[in-house]
Amino acid sequence: MKYLTEFRNGEIAQRMAREIALITTRRWKIMEVCGGQTHSIIKNGIDQMLPAAVEMVHGPGCPVCVTPLELIDKALAIAAQPRVIFCSFGDMLRVPGTEGDLFQVKGRGGDVRVVYSPLDAVDLAVKNPDKQVVFFGVGFETTAPANAMSVHVAKRRGLKNFSLLVSHVLVPPAIEAIMSAPGNQVQAFLAAGHVCSVMGYWEYPPLADKFGIPIVVTGFEPLDLLDGIRRAVLQLERGEHRVENAYERIVTYAGNLEAQKMLAEVFEVRDRAWRGIGVIPNSGWRLSAAYRAFDAEERFQIAGIRTVESPLCHAGDVLRGALKPAECPAFAKQCTPRHPLGATMVSSEGACAAYFNYGRFLSAEELANAGAVHG
Amino acid sequence: MGESGVPDFSSWSCPLPLRDYPTIVMAHGGGGKLGNELVEHLFLPAFRNPELENLGDAAVLELGSGSNPARFAMSTDSFVVQPLFFPGGSIGALAVNGTVNDLAVSGANPQFLSASFILEEGFPLAQLAAVVSAMADAAKTAGVRIVTGDTKVVERGHGDGCYINTAGVGVLRPGISVSPLHAMPGDVVIVSGTIGDHGMAIMSVREGLEFESQIRSDCAALNGMIAAVLDAVGEAVHAMRDPTRGGLASTLNEIAAASNVGIAIDETVVPVRPEVQSACELLGLDPVYVANEGKAVFFVAPEFADRVLSILKAHPLGRDAALIGQVTTKHPRMLVARTAMGANRVIPTQIGEQLPRIC
Repeated sequence: MKYLTEFRNGEIAQRMAREIALITTRRWKIMEVCGGQTHSIIKNGIDQMLPAAVEMVHGPGCPVCVTPLELIDKALAIAAQPRVIFCSFGDMLRVPGTEGDLFQVKGRGGDVRVVYSPLDAVDLAVKNPDKQVVFFGVGFETTAPANAMSVHVAKRRGLKNFSLLVSHVLVPPAIEAIMSAPGNQVQAFLAAGHVCSVMGYWEYPPLADKFGIPIVVTGFEPLDLLDGIRRAVLQLERGEHRVENAYERIVTYAGNLEAQKMLAEVFEVRDRAWRGIGVIPNSGWRLSAAYRAFDAEERFQIAGIRTVESPLCHAGDVLRGALKPAECPAFAKQCTPRHPLGATMVSSEGACAAYFNYGRFLSAEELANAGAVHG
Repeated sequence: MGESGVPDFSSWSCPLPLRDYPTIVMAHGGGGKLGNELVEHLFLPAFRNPELENLGDAAVLELGSGSNPARFAMSTDSFVVQPLFFPGGSIGALAVNGTVNDLAVSGANPQFLSASFILEEGFPLAQLAAVVSAMADAAKTAGVRIVTGDTKVVERGHGDGCYINTAGVGVLRPGISVSPLHAMPGDVVIVSGTIGDHGMAIMSVREGLEFESQIRSDCAALNGMIAAVLDAVGEAVHAMRDPTRGGLASTLNEIAAASNVGIAIDETVVPVRPEVQSACELLGLDPVYVANEGKAVFFVAPEFADRVLSILKAHPLGRDAALIGQVTTKHPRMLVARTAMGANRVIPTQIGEQLPRIC
């Protein structure tokens, strides 16, 4: 596959890992913000290839994981209503609310559908004028343009039966919150390549300056990640703190201006609660006044939601990078993908699920010595 | 069961996992952990008998008395695929081949099939004729006879056009003892061709997901190819299975658990078509979990590895066969893959169907 295979070359990866080891003289903690990157690091074993002194800390960049429990409960309540078609990306269906998940709502007769684009949900609204169609608009800046487009199209077509349940969060305020948190140990960031493909990286130089941290825009394939880590280590070793773009084949400084224009029209910035972390100022989007009529929270006034989180779950510490999933006392014991206590164990991009799914309940030594392949 | 005929939750061997989902969810049918839990905590305790307890693709039955009873295999499967016709196959071909393959990987020569239809009011007869014709063709190709059947009609809105159940019986080959329980440390793992073709073929024609390049289902009867292997080196084959729902990963995990061994595979040599790999990348799916309908996995004594590979490669359905790994005493009951980066990762059983990722 063009643009993928050439970034998965094992030999070059080993060479880059050796180069990182050569330039590393001290201990460094680097956070990858994006859950997709966490997934790729653990799946490919990038962290196993790095020198012990370079530690990857997994950030809060899994949109499924940071969607507040209250909003999941609202989604469950809306999806359970008659004459509602509730549409979502697949990941969200298994995320546990206070009582059950969307799969169970579907099992009890709720019309819950997995769609691959929010525009498919708009089409459903056109085809089902007697039903209310709700799309669960979850994600970072990456998924926001398509969600914005769905509302834009719905308004243009005069649809009265389409609405968006919005849970959009933004990366730069999260970096600010992590760096400002007492006891923070993160010294550099890999910025999420696909977020930057939409937003560009003009938002990051002020953060690099304010906190004196290197920020490297990084892709998702093994060689992308190793290159991003190499550049971050190089800056750290030299005492620099610049914003670098290691994902030039996708990301430009300005980003996708058309998408940004659409976002500015449809959304406005607001404070957002992040599951496991708390409220971060100016860290999310809601529909702007011109599109407020398409807000599912306004349309379905769901009241009386009381959320209860599992007391055993340390997802907040994991999302802040303060705890590795395998260090959580409940990991792989009370908490597994079959019995998730928190969203980080549910979503395929959640750090806990990534650790579980790629066998990090084995020790590093056990994993390294796992069976040799014959032939 | 309780006195009223309603399942009594407290009488199940361990009802706790089932209580998490008090109603059936789609993942119960996804070939993952939830389905296994239904078998383990509901069906097995209710129906318990020695034939069922083997939990093979087909039950092994002994009929007749005396010192030399005839040994048969019996299997059944239901087919609810949508759309009914897809690139490379149809519900009719699947219904025949699915049951034929379950018998074949149990070491039996499939001979007789039943066919039951559950049809929805309003289903066009022309479509039914096309389905039946596909079944007849598949049965002819596989060399089996459809000898009994049934038809039921449900009211409009209560079915999805056409559901099919098939059951089949075949005579077990003498002198052969393949079983998911018999994989042995040192055995090599051979897959008969590219993985993920069927699942991605179905996905590619589902509403809202049309791909430019057409991926074809691998739907095929495997009894001929398997017979070629067993005729030549039957005693060297310890376990076989067709990796359908849940894909290669689920099959290997099931055999690792049943035989209490570890399985190590090399991810870089597992055959995957480029178009299937691309479609999987697009949707955030892993081809090791995607369904196949015309592939078999063989666990073979290592000294016979080359022989089995060359027999498979000489067969039209096994041209892309590859040796992908080995059975080990390390990490029992666990499937470990070596990645292209040279690191190892565990490939666990999925809970249910894979879900396309958000971004």
